[in-house]
Amino acid sequence: MTALAAQRAGARRPIPGTAPFDGDLAMRGYALNAMCYSFNRAENREAFRRDEEGYMEKFNLSRPQKDAVRTRDVLAMLEAGGNVYYLAKLAGILGLNVQDLGALQTGQSVEAFKAALLAQGQTERRSAA
Amino acid sequence: MSEILGGIFTSHVPGIGGAIAKGLQNDPYWKPFFDGFPPIHRWLARKRPDMAVVFYNDHGLNFFLDKMPTFAIGAAREYRHEDEGWGLSFQRPFAGIPELSWHIIKTVVAREFDPVMCQEMLVDHAVAVPFELLWPGTESFPVRLVPIAINTVQHPLPSPKRCLELGRAVGRALRSWQGDERIVVLGTGGLSHQLEGQRAGFINKEFDRFCLDNIGPNPEALLQYDSLDLVELAGSQGVEILNWLAARGAMAGEVVELESNYHIPISNTAAATMLLECREPVPA
Repeated sequence: MTALAAQRAGARRPIPGTAPFDGDLAMRGYALNAMCYSFNRAENREAFRRDEEGYMEKFNLSRPQKDAVRTRDVLAMLEAGGNVYYLAKLAGILGLNVQDLGALQTGQSVEAFKAALLAQGQTERRSAA
Repeated sequence: MSEILGGIFTSHVPGIGGAIAKGLQNDPYWKPFFDGFPPIHRWLARKRPDMAVVFYNDHGLNFFLDKMPTFAIGAAREYRHEDEGWGLSFQRPFAGIPELSWHIIKTVVAREFDPVMCQEMLVDHAVAVPFELLWPGTESFPVRLVPIAINTVQHPLPSPKRCLELGRAVGRALRSWQGDERIVVLGTGGLSHQLEGQRAGFINKEFDRFCLDNIGPNPEALLQYDSLDLVELAGSQGVEILNWLAARGAMAGEVVELESNYHIPISNTAAATMLLECREPVPA
């Protein structure tokens, strides 16, 4: 490992199940995120729906990025530098909400993922009035 | 003289906007969250603020990774929300107050902050959802807007200390403004949640409680953490507490908590709403 690579690797602090979206990921994921950013426009979402491969090609996605999109593999999209705020726009096209995404990433059924959230359920109100 | 009346802090989950669009406020899933707002509506009706300074984070509507500002201050005559990719856009425009925006910009730059200045700026759900929650159903919003965006997307994020101090600098600008505006400060987002990775669905009640208990009386308590600590403790999107810290900083001085509502879950989020009122200045 070069000194520079060691410095970069050492600088990344481990957080369980979490890869903070830093400069390395932002560089790796640029094309994928740029494609997803384009989905703010309805006509671009329609163009993607019509021709996924052509649309990915237009944005110069890397092979791992294309494969991750083809297989709807959310963890692979993250690994390929996808940022969840931009991926959420792609998820919308695919008809997935954030509970669906959570289930896909944690290897649970959507029902189990939702149940885990509800199991933590609580409401606490304070009022000075 | 202008006056800072108080601060309102609320989650801004996009799904809340969807629930409003579908009229689901009394649906059993949503009701415990929306129930936090009637007392805030009554406070707004009593205090009649006419301008709002909003600390929020853009999620990929106005800013992309090609140019990602750490801090950006809007100085436009009008702001709009647009489709963020899911086909939902809120129609009411947000009137700006560019003279005050520039006064804020000048003041914070004089205090060594370096914001990006935006004469055109779309505002995303992190502004639009709180406005829909606070002023539902009116023809136009009764407040003019100064939006201040904080980067919570691409690390390194600004530190909690830096965000609190940005807020304090904005507060100084507001207090030195010679207009007669009645100002409310908003901090949006949070509390703990994480959308991505193997830890998706992460919620941390203990840390949320710590934030809710301290943001009013002792916001400095949060400065023991850096931004990566916040990722670990609050989840990768729970870092939006940075917006709360900045808003709290803008209020300056002592505050009184009037309302607080904490509810799990809204979407994947531990949702919270809080109303803090600025205590009257005590003569020396």
